[in-house]
Amino acid sequence: MDPSIELKHVSLAFDDKVVLKDVSFELLPGHTKVILGGSGSGKSTTLKLILGLLKPDGGTIWVNGKRVDQISEQDMMAVRADIGMVFQEGALFDSLTVEENVGFKLYEENVPEEDADRRVQEVLGFVGLDEFIDRMPSELSGGQRRRVAIARAMAAKPGILLYDEATTGLDPITAMTVDEEMVKLRDFEGVTSIIVTHQLRDAFFVATHEAARQNRHVKFTPADPQKADEAEFIMLKDGVVCFEGNATELRASSDPYIRQFLS
Amino acid sequence: MFELLERWLKSAILEVQEYVRLQAATIRAMTSPPFYYRDIIMQLDAIGVGSLTVVVLTGFFTGAVLALQSGITLDQFGARPFVGRLVSASMLKELGPVLTGLMLAGRIGSGIAAELGSMVVTDQINALRALGTDPVRKLVVPRVAAGLLMAPILTIIADTVGILGGWMIAVFQLRVASSLYWTSVIDGLYPNDAWMSLIKPFCLGYAIVTIGCHVGLRTSGGTQGVGNATTSAVVAASVAVIAVDFFVTRLLITLLY
Repeated sequence: MDPSIELKHVSLAFDDKVVLKDVSFELLPGHTKVILGGSGSGKSTTLKLILGLLKPDGGTIWVNGKRVDQISEQDMMAVRADIGMVFQEGALFDSLTVEENVGFKLYEENVPEEDADRRVQEVLGFVGLDEFIDRMPSELSGGQRRRVAIARAMAAKPGILLYDEATTGLDPITAMTVDEEMVKLRDFEGVTSIIVTHQLRDAFFVATHEAARQNRHVKFTPADPQKADEAEFIMLKDGVVCFEGNATELRASSDPYIRQFLS
Repeated sequence: MFELLERWLKSAILEVQEYVRLQAATIRAMTSPPFYYRDIIMQLDAIGVGSLTVVVLTGFFTGAVLALQSGITLDQFGARPFVGRLVSASMLKELGPVLTGLMLAGRIGSGIAAELGSMVVTDQINALRALGTDPVRKLVVPRVAAGLLMAPILTIIADTVGILGGWMIAVFQLRVASSLYWTSVIDGLYPNDAWMSLIKPFCLGYAIVTIGCHVGLRTSGGTQGVGNATTSAVVAASVAVIAVDFFVTRLLITLLY
Protein backbone atom coordinates (compact mmCIF):
# COMPACT_ATOMS: atom_id res chain seq x y z
CA MET A 1 0.00 0.00 0.00
CA ASP A 2 1.44 3.40 -1.01
CA PRO A 3 1.62 5.95 1.80
CA SER A 4 -0.78 8.90 1.80
CA ILE A 5 1.90 11.14 3.25
CA GLU A 6 5.65 10.71 3.22
CA LEU A 7 8.34 13.04 4.55
CA LYS A 8 11.98 12.28 3.77
CA HIS A 9 14.82 14.12 5.56
CA VAL A 10 12.83 17.35 5.82
CA SER A 11 14.61 20.35 7.30
CA LEU A 12 13.49 23.92 7.88
CA ALA A 13 15.03 26.95 9.59
CA PHE A 14 13.80 30.51 10.10
CA ASP A 15 16.97 32.66 9.97
CA ASP A 16 19.25 31.05 12.57
CA LYS A 17 16.54 29.08 14.33
CA VAL A 18 16.31 25.44 13.25
CA VAL A 19 12.64 24.38 13.34
CA LEU A 20 12.88 20.90 11.80
CA LYS A 21 15.95 18.79 11.23
CA ASP A 22 16.03 15.62 9.15
CA VAL A 23 12.41 14.66 9.87
CA SER A 24 11.20 11.52 8.09
CA PHE A 25 8.02 9.48 8.45
CA GLU A 26 5.27 7.95 6.38
CA LEU A 27 1.55 7.52 6.93
CA LEU A 28 -0.54 4.82 5.29
CA PRO A 29 -4.13 5.42 4.09
CA GLY A 30 -6.69 5.16 6.89
CA HIS A 31 -3.99 5.25 9.57
CA THR A 32 -3.39 7.89 12.23
CA LYS A 33 -0.16 9.63 13.16
CA VAL A 34 -0.03 11.50 16.46
CA ILE A 35 2.74 14.09 16.65
CA LEU A 36 3.67 14.96 20.21
CA GLY A 37 6.15 17.49 21.51
CA GLY A 38 6.52 20.62 23.59
CA SER A 39 5.76 24.12 22.40
CA GLY A 40 8.03 25.23 19.56
CA SER A 41 9.17 21.69 18.75
CA GLY A 42 7.98 21.96 15.13
CA LYS A 43 4.65 20.09 15.31
CA SER A 44 2.42 22.71 13.67
CA THR A 45 5.17 23.54 11.18
CA THR A 46 5.13 19.92 10.01
CA LEU A 47 1.43 20.22 9.18
CA LYS A 48 1.95 23.50 7.35
CA LEU A 49 4.70 21.86 5.27
CA ILE A 50 2.40 18.99 4.32
CA LEU A 51 -0.31 21.46 3.34
CA GLY A 52 2.18 23.53 1.31
CA LEU A 53 1.68 26.65 3.44
CA LEU A 54 5.45 26.59 4.02
CA LYS A 55 8.26 25.21 1.87
CA PRO A 56 11.09 23.16 3.42
CA ASP A 57 14.75 24.12 3.08
CA GLY A 58 15.65 20.51 2.35
CA GLY A 59 14.15 17.04 1.94
CA THR A 60 11.07 15.87 0.09
CA ILE A 61 7.36 15.73 0.95
CA TRP A 62 4.89 13.50 -0.87
CA VAL A 63 1.10 13.69 -0.54
CA ASN A 64 -1.04 11.07 -2.31
CA GLY A 65 1.95 10.21 -4.50
CA LYS A 66 2.60 13.82 -5.58
CA ARG A 67 5.73 15.65 -4.55
CA VAL A 68 4.62 18.91 -2.95
CA ASP A 69 7.77 20.57 -1.63
CA GLN A 70 8.64 22.23 -4.94
CA ILE A 71 5.33 22.75 -6.70
CA SER A 72 3.68 26.10 -7.31
CA GLU A 73 0.77 27.47 -5.26
CA GLN A 74 -1.48 26.86 -8.29
CA ASP A 75 -0.56 23.15 -8.49
CA MET A 76 -0.77 22.84 -4.71
CA MET A 77 -4.47 23.78 -4.88
CA ALA A 78 -5.20 20.44 -6.58
CA VAL A 79 -3.33 18.54 -3.86
CA ARG A 80 -5.20 20.45 -1.13
CA ALA A 81 -8.50 19.29 -2.59
CA ASP A 82 -8.00 15.99 -0.74
CA ILE A 83 -6.75 17.54 2.52
CA GLY A 84 -8.73 19.14 5.31
CA MET A 85 -7.12 21.00 8.17
CA VAL A 86 -8.40 21.94 11.59
CA PHE A 87 -6.40 24.94 12.76
CA GLN A 88 -5.54 25.97 16.30
CA GLU A 89 -8.50 28.00 17.64
CA GLY A 90 -10.52 26.88 14.60
CA ALA A 91 -9.62 29.80 12.28
CA LEU A 92 -13.28 30.21 11.32
CA PHE A 93 -14.08 33.16 9.05
CA ASP A 94 -15.48 35.83 11.39
CA SER A 95 -17.69 37.48 8.80
CA LEU A 96 -19.44 34.27 7.70
CA THR A 97 -22.13 32.21 9.44
CA VAL A 98 -21.55 28.63 10.57
CA GLU A 99 -23.31 27.45 7.41
CA GLU A 100 -21.16 29.60 5.14
CA ASN A 101 -18.00 28.53 6.96
CA VAL A 102 -18.78 24.83 6.74
CA GLY A 103 -19.93 25.01 3.12
CA PHE A 104 -17.15 27.40 2.04
CA LYS A 105 -15.25 24.92 -0.09
CA LEU A 106 -18.42 23.46 -1.61
CA TYR A 107 -19.72 26.90 -2.60
CA GLU A 108 -16.28 27.80 -4.01
CA GLU A 109 -16.28 24.66 -6.13
CA ASN A 110 -19.77 25.53 -7.44
CA VAL A 111 -21.34 22.37 -6.04
CA PRO A 112 -25.13 22.66 -6.75
CA GLU A 113 -26.70 24.62 -3.90
CA GLU A 114 -29.06 21.83 -2.86
CA ASP A 115 -26.23 19.28 -2.64
CA ALA A 116 -24.01 21.73 -0.76
CA ASP A 117 -26.74 22.58 1.75
CA ARG A 118 -27.49 18.92 2.31
CA ARG A 119 -23.81 18.16 2.93
CA VAL A 120 -23.50 21.11 5.34
CA GLN A 121 -26.52 19.81 7.31
CA GLU A 122 -25.01 16.33 7.29
CA VAL A 123 -21.58 17.31 8.63
CA LEU A 124 -23.04 19.69 11.20
CA GLY A 125 -25.25 16.82 12.34
CA PHE A 126 -22.13 14.62 12.50
CA VAL A 127 -20.49 17.00 14.98
CA GLY A 128 -23.80 17.63 16.77
CA LEU A 129 -24.18 21.29 15.88
CA ASP A 130 -26.98 21.30 13.32
CA GLU A 131 -29.06 23.75 15.37
CA PHE A 132 -26.23 26.32 15.25
CA ILE A 133 -26.27 26.61 11.47
CA ASP A 134 -27.28 30.31 11.37
CA ARG A 135 -25.01 31.49 14.18
CA MET A 136 -21.91 33.62 13.71
CA PRO A 137 -18.58 32.19 14.98
CA SER A 138 -18.46 34.88 17.70
CA GLU A 139 -21.65 33.38 19.18
CA LEU A 140 -20.08 29.95 19.70
CA SER A 141 -18.08 28.55 22.61
CA GLY A 142 -14.48 27.42 22.13
CA GLY A 143 -15.49 23.76 21.84
CA GLN A 144 -18.26 24.53 19.38
CA ARG A 145 -15.85 26.53 17.23
CA ARG A 146 -13.45 23.58 17.06
CA ARG A 147 -16.28 21.25 16.11
CA VAL A 148 -17.43 23.66 13.38
CA ALA A 149 -13.79 23.74 12.20
CA ILE A 150 -13.83 19.94 12.03
CA ALA A 151 -17.12 20.07 10.10
CA ARG A 152 -15.63 22.60 7.67
CA ALA A 153 -12.51 20.47 7.18
CA MET A 154 -14.54 17.33 6.44
CA ALA A 155 -17.31 18.93 4.35
CA ALA A 156 -15.64 18.26 1.00
CA LYS A 157 -14.92 14.64 2.03
CA PRO A 158 -11.11 14.84 2.06
CA GLY A 159 -9.10 11.66 2.35
CA ILE A 160 -6.63 13.29 4.75
CA LEU A 161 -7.36 15.39 7.83
CA LEU A 162 -4.75 17.36 9.73
CA TYR A 163 -5.60 18.43 13.29
CA ASP A 164 -3.48 21.21 14.76
CA GLU A 165 -3.97 21.28 18.55
CA ALA A 166 -7.69 20.63 18.07
CA THR A 167 -8.29 20.13 21.82
CA THR A 168 -5.85 22.59 23.36
CA GLY A 169 -7.50 25.00 25.75
CA LEU A 170 -10.76 23.04 25.95
CA ASP A 171 -12.24 21.59 29.12
CA PRO A 172 -11.90 17.77 29.41
CA ILE A 173 -15.54 17.05 28.53
CA THR A 174 -15.50 19.24 25.40
CA ALA A 175 -12.07 17.88 24.46
CA MET A 176 -13.51 14.37 24.68
CA THR A 177 -16.29 15.23 22.19
CA VAL A 178 -13.64 16.54 19.77
CA ASP A 179 -11.58 13.34 20.30
CA GLU A 180 -14.66 11.27 19.54
CA GLU A 181 -15.23 13.20 16.30
CA MET A 182 -11.67 12.36 15.23
CA VAL A 183 -12.20 8.64 15.99
CA LYS A 184 -15.57 8.64 14.17
CA LEU A 185 -14.05 10.25 11.08
CA ARG A 186 -11.24 7.72 11.02
CA ASP A 187 -13.41 4.66 11.62
CA PHE A 188 -16.59 5.58 9.72
CA GLU A 189 -15.20 7.70 6.88
CA GLY A 190 -11.79 6.01 6.53
CA VAL A 191 -9.97 9.31 6.88
CA THR A 192 -6.19 9.35 7.18
CA SER A 193 -5.27 11.66 10.06
CA ILE A 194 -2.34 13.50 11.53
CA ILE A 195 -3.03 14.78 15.02
CA VAL A 196 -0.70 17.38 16.46
CA THR A 197 -1.10 17.84 20.18
CA HIS A 198 0.60 18.00 23.52
CA GLN A 199 -2.52 16.76 25.30
CA LEU A 200 -1.53 13.17 26.14
CA ARG A 201 -4.97 12.10 27.31
CA ASP A 202 -6.51 13.07 23.97
CA ALA A 203 -3.68 11.50 21.98
CA PHE A 204 -3.96 8.15 23.77
CA PHE A 205 -7.77 8.14 23.55
CA VAL A 206 -7.73 8.55 19.76
CA ALA A 207 -4.91 6.02 19.34
CA THR A 208 -6.39 3.32 21.56
CA HIS A 209 -10.14 3.54 20.90
CA GLU A 210 -12.40 2.70 18.02
CA ALA A 211 -15.94 3.70 17.15
CA ALA A 212 -18.80 1.35 16.29
CA ARG A 213 -22.49 1.92 15.59
CA GLN A 214 -24.90 0.10 17.88
CA ASN A 215 -28.66 0.66 17.62
CA ARG A 216 -28.25 4.03 15.91
CA HIS A 217 -25.84 5.10 18.65
CA VAL A 218 -22.08 5.40 18.41
CA LYS A 219 -20.09 3.47 20.98
CA PHE A 220 -16.40 3.95 21.73
CA THR A 221 -14.52 0.88 22.90
CA PRO A 222 -10.81 0.04 23.36
CA ALA A 223 -9.35 -0.83 19.97
CA ASP A 224 -8.16 -4.33 19.21
CA PRO A 225 -4.35 -4.65 18.95
CA GLN A 226 -4.32 -4.61 15.14
CA LYS A 227 -6.42 -1.44 15.03
CA ALA A 228 -4.32 0.17 17.78
CA ASP A 229 -1.19 -0.51 15.70
CA GLU A 230 -2.63 1.68 12.93
CA ALA A 231 -2.10 4.69 15.18
CA GLU A 232 1.55 5.64 15.51
CA PHE A 233 3.18 8.27 17.67
CA ILE A 234 6.02 10.61 16.79
CA MET A 235 7.74 12.65 19.46
CA LEU A 236 9.51 15.82 18.32
CA LYS A 237 12.17 17.45 20.44
CA ASP A 238 13.73 20.68 19.15
CA GLY A 239 12.73 19.81 15.60
CA VAL A 240 14.18 16.30 15.68
CA VAL A 241 12.21 13.03 15.80
CA CYS A 242 13.22 11.41 19.09
CA PHE A 243 10.60 8.62 19.09
CA GLU A 244 8.45 6.75 16.59
CA GLY A 245 6.20 3.83 17.52
CA ASN A 246 2.78 2.77 18.80
CA ALA A 247 1.08 3.66 22.10
CA THR A 248 2.43 0.61 23.93
CA GLU A 249 6.00 1.32 22.81
CA LEU A 250 5.63 4.97 23.80
CA ARG A 251 4.48 4.07 27.30
CA ALA A 252 7.38 1.60 27.61
CA SER A 253 10.05 4.04 26.40
CA SER A 254 12.92 4.68 28.77
CA ASP A 255 14.03 7.90 27.05
CA PRO A 256 14.32 10.51 29.84
CA TYR A 257 12.63 13.26 27.75
CA ILE A 258 9.70 11.00 26.89
CA ARG A 259 9.42 9.80 30.51
CA GLN A 260 9.30 13.43 31.62
CA PHE A 261 6.74 14.27 28.92
CA LEU A 262 4.51 11.34 29.91
CA SER A 263 4.73 11.96 33.65
CA MET B 1 25.90 50.64 13.50
CA PHE B 2 26.81 49.24 10.07
CA GLU B 3 25.02 46.01 10.98
CA LEU B 4 21.88 47.95 11.90
CA LEU B 5 21.96 49.85 8.61
CA GLU B 6 22.47 46.60 6.69
CA ARG B 7 19.51 44.98 8.49
CA TRP B 8 17.30 48.01 7.80
CA LEU B 9 18.28 48.03 4.14
CA LYS B 10 17.57 44.30 3.77
CA SER B 11 14.21 44.71 5.44
CA ALA B 12 13.33 47.70 3.20
CA ILE B 13 14.32 45.80 0.04
CA LEU B 14 12.29 42.79 1.20
CA GLU B 15 9.22 44.99 1.73
CA VAL B 16 9.57 46.48 -1.78
CA GLN B 17 10.04 43.00 -3.26
CA GLU B 18 6.93 41.66 -1.49
CA TYR B 19 4.92 44.74 -2.52
CA VAL B 20 5.91 44.27 -6.16
CA ARG B 21 5.06 40.55 -5.94
CA LEU B 22 1.63 41.41 -4.58
CA GLN B 23 1.09 43.85 -7.48
CA ALA B 24 2.03 41.15 -9.99
CA ALA B 25 -0.26 38.59 -8.33
CA THR B 26 -3.09 41.14 -8.19
CA ILE B 27 -2.80 42.10 -11.84
CA ARG B 28 -2.65 38.41 -12.80
CA ALA B 29 -5.73 37.68 -10.69
CA MET B 30 -7.62 40.67 -12.12
CA THR B 31 -7.17 39.42 -15.66
CA SER B 32 -8.15 35.78 -15.22
CA PRO B 33 -11.11 33.95 -13.60
CA PRO B 34 -12.44 33.16 -11.06
CA PHE B 35 -13.82 36.58 -10.09
CA TYR B 36 -15.63 37.13 -6.82
CA TYR B 37 -18.40 39.52 -7.94
CA ARG B 38 -20.25 39.38 -4.60
CA ASP B 39 -17.11 40.42 -2.74
CA ILE B 40 -16.50 43.22 -5.25
CA ILE B 41 -20.01 44.59 -4.65
CA MET B 42 -19.52 44.37 -0.88
CA GLN B 43 -16.25 46.28 -1.17
CA LEU B 44 -17.82 48.90 -3.45
CA ASP B 45 -20.34 49.47 -0.67
CA ALA B 46 -17.74 49.47 2.13
CA ILE B 47 -15.25 51.71 0.34
CA GLY B 48 -17.65 53.90 -1.64
CA VAL B 49 -20.86 54.31 0.32
CA GLY B 50 -19.04 53.93 3.65
CA SER B 51 -16.68 56.83 2.85
CA LEU B 52 -19.35 59.15 1.48
CA THR B 53 -20.03 61.13 4.67
CA VAL B 54 -16.41 61.87 5.45
CA VAL B 55 -15.67 62.83 1.84
CA VAL B 56 -18.71 65.11 1.58
CA LEU B 57 -17.85 66.89 4.83
CA THR B 58 -14.19 67.28 3.83
CA GLY B 59 -15.08 68.58 0.37
CA PHE B 60 -17.68 71.03 1.64
CA PHE B 61 -15.52 72.66 4.30
CA THR B 62 -12.47 72.72 2.04
CA GLY B 63 -14.38 74.56 -0.69
CA ALA B 64 -15.89 76.92 1.88
CA VAL B 65 -12.61 77.81 3.55
CA LEU B 66 -10.93 78.18 0.16
CA ALA B 67 -13.54 80.79 -0.83
CA LEU B 68 -13.13 82.56 2.49
CA GLN B 69 -9.34 82.74 2.33
CA SER B 70 -9.04 83.54 -1.37
CA GLY B 71 -11.79 86.21 -1.07
CA ILE B 72 -9.53 88.22 1.23
CA THR B 73 -6.54 87.92 -1.11
CA LEU B 74 -8.56 88.59 -4.28
CA ASP B 75 -10.01 91.74 -2.65
CA GLN B 76 -6.53 93.26 -2.65
CA PHE B 77 -6.61 93.16 -6.47
CA GLY B 78 -10.30 93.99 -6.80
CA ALA B 79 -10.84 90.48 -8.17
CA ARG B 80 -13.41 89.14 -5.73
CA PRO B 81 -15.81 88.01 -8.56
CA PHE B 82 -13.12 85.53 -9.69
CA VAL B 83 -13.40 83.52 -6.46
CA GLY B 84 -15.40 80.79 -8.27
CA ARG B 85 -12.61 80.24 -10.78
CA LEU B 86 -10.08 79.82 -7.98
CA VAL B 87 -12.26 77.44 -5.98
CA SER B 88 -13.12 75.23 -8.94
CA ALA B 89 -9.58 75.05 -10.31
CA SER B 90 -8.10 74.30 -6.87
CA MET B 91 -10.70 71.69 -6.01
CA LEU B 92 -10.55 69.84 -9.30
CA LYS B 93 -6.82 69.91 -9.91
CA GLU B 94 -5.43 69.44 -6.43
CA LEU B 95 -7.49 69.62 -3.26
CA GLY B 96 -10.31 67.31 -4.31
CA PRO B 97 -8.10 64.35 -5.28
CA VAL B 98 -5.53 64.81 -2.50
CA LEU B 99 -7.93 65.41 0.39
CA THR B 100 -10.20 62.58 -0.75
CA GLY B 101 -7.07 60.42 -1.00
CA LEU B 102 -5.99 61.34 2.52
CA MET B 103 -9.46 60.63 3.91
CA LEU B 104 -9.48 57.26 2.15
CA ALA B 105 -5.98 56.50 3.44
CA GLY B 106 -7.21 57.08 6.98
CA ARG B 107 -10.48 55.24 6.62
CA ILE B 108 -9.85 52.53 4.01
CA GLY B 109 -6.11 51.96 4.35
CA SER B 110 -6.39 51.37 8.09
CA GLY B 111 -9.56 49.28 7.77
CA ILE B 112 -8.09 46.97 5.14
CA ALA B 113 -4.81 46.53 7.06
CA ALA B 114 -6.67 45.79 10.32
CA GLU B 115 -9.09 43.35 8.69
CA LEU B 116 -6.48 41.41 6.72
CA GLY B 117 -4.00 41.61 9.62
CA SER B 118 -6.55 40.04 11.97
CA MET B 119 -7.18 37.31 9.43
CA VAL B 120 -3.44 36.62 9.22
CA VAL B 121 -2.84 36.37 12.98
CA THR B 122 -5.90 34.17 13.50
CA ASP B 123 -4.82 31.80 10.71
CA GLN B 124 -7.85 32.67 8.56
CA ILE B 125 -5.62 33.41 5.56
CA ASN B 126 -3.96 30.01 5.96
CA ALA B 127 -7.42 28.47 6.31
CA LEU B 128 -8.43 30.11 3.01
CA ARG B 129 -5.40 28.63 1.28
CA ALA B 130 -6.03 25.25 2.91
CA LEU B 131 -9.57 25.33 1.51
CA GLY B 132 -8.15 25.89 -1.97
CA THR B 133 -8.95 29.61 -2.28
CA ASP B 134 -6.38 32.15 -3.41
CA PRO B 135 -6.39 35.01 -0.84
CA VAL B 136 -5.27 37.49 -3.52
CA ARG B 137 -8.31 36.71 -5.67
CA LYS B 138 -10.74 36.54 -2.78
CA LEU B 139 -9.52 39.45 -0.65
CA VAL B 140 -7.14 41.72 -2.55
CA VAL B 141 -8.74 41.93 -6.01
CA PRO B 142 -12.22 43.00 -4.80
CA ARG B 143 -10.66 45.74 -2.65
CA VAL B 144 -8.40 46.97 -5.45
CA ALA B 145 -11.26 46.96 -7.96
CA ALA B 146 -13.48 48.89 -5.53
CA GLY B 147 -10.67 51.35 -4.74
CA LEU B 148 -9.97 51.97 -8.43
CA LEU B 149 -13.63 52.63 -9.17
CA MET B 150 -14.74 54.47 -6.06
CA ALA B 151 -11.81 56.87 -5.55
CA PRO B 152 -12.60 58.86 -8.75
CA ILE B 153 -16.34 58.83 -7.98
CA LEU B 154 -15.75 60.06 -4.43
CA THR B 155 -13.39 62.72 -5.75
CA ILE B 156 -16.04 63.99 -8.19
CA ILE B 157 -18.48 64.19 -5.28
CA ALA B 158 -15.90 66.03 -3.13
CA ASP B 159 -15.19 68.46 -5.99
CA THR B 160 -18.89 69.14 -6.52
CA VAL B 161 -19.64 69.62 -2.84
CA GLY B 162 -16.51 71.78 -2.47
CA ILE B 163 -17.64 74.09 -5.28
CA LEU B 164 -21.07 74.26 -3.62
CA GLY B 165 -19.41 75.15 -0.31
CA GLY B 166 -17.46 77.88 -2.09
CA TRP B 167 -20.71 79.15 -3.63
CA MET B 168 -22.37 79.45 -0.21
CA ILE B 169 -19.47 81.51 1.14
CA ALA B 170 -19.22 83.58 -2.07
CA VAL B 171 -22.94 84.44 -2.06
CA PHE B 172 -23.69 84.83 1.64
CA GLN B 173 -20.35 86.04 3.01
CA LEU B 174 -18.47 87.69 0.14
CA ARG B 175 -21.67 89.01 -1.47
CA VAL B 176 -20.70 87.84 -4.95
CA ALA B 177 -23.67 87.38 -7.27
CA SER B 178 -24.60 83.73 -7.73
CA SER B 179 -24.58 83.96 -11.54
CA LEU B 180 -21.16 85.62 -11.44
CA TYR B 181 -19.82 82.80 -9.24
CA TRP B 182 -21.06 80.04 -11.56
CA THR B 183 -19.83 81.85 -14.69
CA SER B 184 -16.46 82.15 -13.03
CA VAL B 185 -16.49 78.46 -12.05
CA ILE B 186 -17.21 77.41 -15.65
CA ASP B 187 -14.69 79.86 -17.09
CA GLY B 188 -12.01 78.44 -14.82
CA LEU B 189 -12.47 74.86 -15.96
CA TYR B 190 -10.74 73.27 -18.94
CA PRO B 191 -11.16 69.71 -20.26
CA ASN B 192 -7.60 68.91 -19.18
CA ASP B 193 -8.47 69.80 -15.60
CA ALA B 194 -11.28 67.28 -15.68
CA TRP B 195 -8.88 64.61 -16.93
CA MET B 196 -6.46 65.45 -14.15
CA SER B 197 -9.28 65.27 -11.64
CA LEU B 198 -10.17 61.77 -12.80
CA ILE B 199 -6.74 60.22 -13.42
CA LYS B 200 -5.20 61.32 -10.12
CA PRO B 201 -7.72 59.66 -7.79
CA PHE B 202 -7.55 56.51 -9.92
CA CYS B 203 -3.81 56.27 -9.14
CA LEU B 204 -4.27 57.34 -5.51
CA GLY B 205 -7.06 54.79 -4.94
CA TYR B 206 -4.83 52.02 -6.29
CA ALA B 207 -1.90 53.07 -4.08
CA ILE B 208 -4.04 53.33 -0.91
CA VAL B 209 -5.72 49.95 -1.32
CA THR B 210 -2.63 48.00 -2.37
CA ILE B 211 -0.63 49.47 0.52
CA GLY B 212 -3.41 48.52 2.95
CA CYS B 213 -3.53 44.97 1.54
CA HIS B 214 0.25 44.58 1.51
CA VAL B 215 0.69 45.78 5.10
CA GLY B 216 -2.28 43.70 6.29
CA LEU B 217 -1.06 40.49 4.67
CA ARG B 218 2.45 41.00 6.11
CA THR B 219 1.14 41.34 9.68
CA SER B 220 2.84 39.29 12.36
CA GLY B 221 2.88 39.26 16.13
CA GLY B 222 -0.70 38.88 17.33
CA THR B 223 -3.04 41.72 18.26
CA GLN B 224 -0.12 44.10 18.85
CA GLY B 225 1.00 43.33 15.30
CA VAL B 226 -2.46 44.23 13.99
CA GLY B 227 -2.23 47.61 15.76
CA ASN B 228 1.22 48.24 14.30
CA ALA B 229 0.04 47.22 10.83
CA THR B 230 -2.90 49.62 11.02
CA THR B 231 -0.66 52.54 11.99
CA SER B 232 1.90 51.64 9.31
CA ALA B 233 -0.80 51.41 6.65
CA VAL B 234 -2.21 54.86 7.44
CA VAL B 235 1.24 56.49 7.54
CA ALA B 236 2.49 54.77 4.37
CA ALA B 237 -0.75 55.39 2.46
CA SER B 238 -0.87 59.07 3.49
CA VAL B 239 2.74 59.66 2.41
CA ALA B 240 2.04 57.72 -0.80
CA VAL B 241 -0.95 59.97 -1.55
CA ILE B 242 1.24 63.08 -1.38
CA ALA B 243 4.11 61.49 -3.30
CA VAL B 244 1.97 59.85 -5.99
CA ASP B 245 0.06 63.12 -6.38
CA PHE B 246 3.31 64.96 -7.13
CA PHE B 247 4.58 62.45 -9.67
CA VAL B 248 1.23 62.00 -11.41
CA THR B 249 0.75 65.79 -11.56
CA ARG B 250 4.21 66.16 -13.07
CA LEU B 251 3.45 63.50 -15.65
CA LEU B 252 0.00 64.86 -16.52
CA ILE B 253 1.29 68.41 -16.92
CA THR B 254 3.81 67.06 -19.44
CA LEU B 255 1.18 65.01 -21.26
CA LEU B 256 -1.89 67.26 -21.13
CA TYR B 257 -0.74 70.86 -21.11
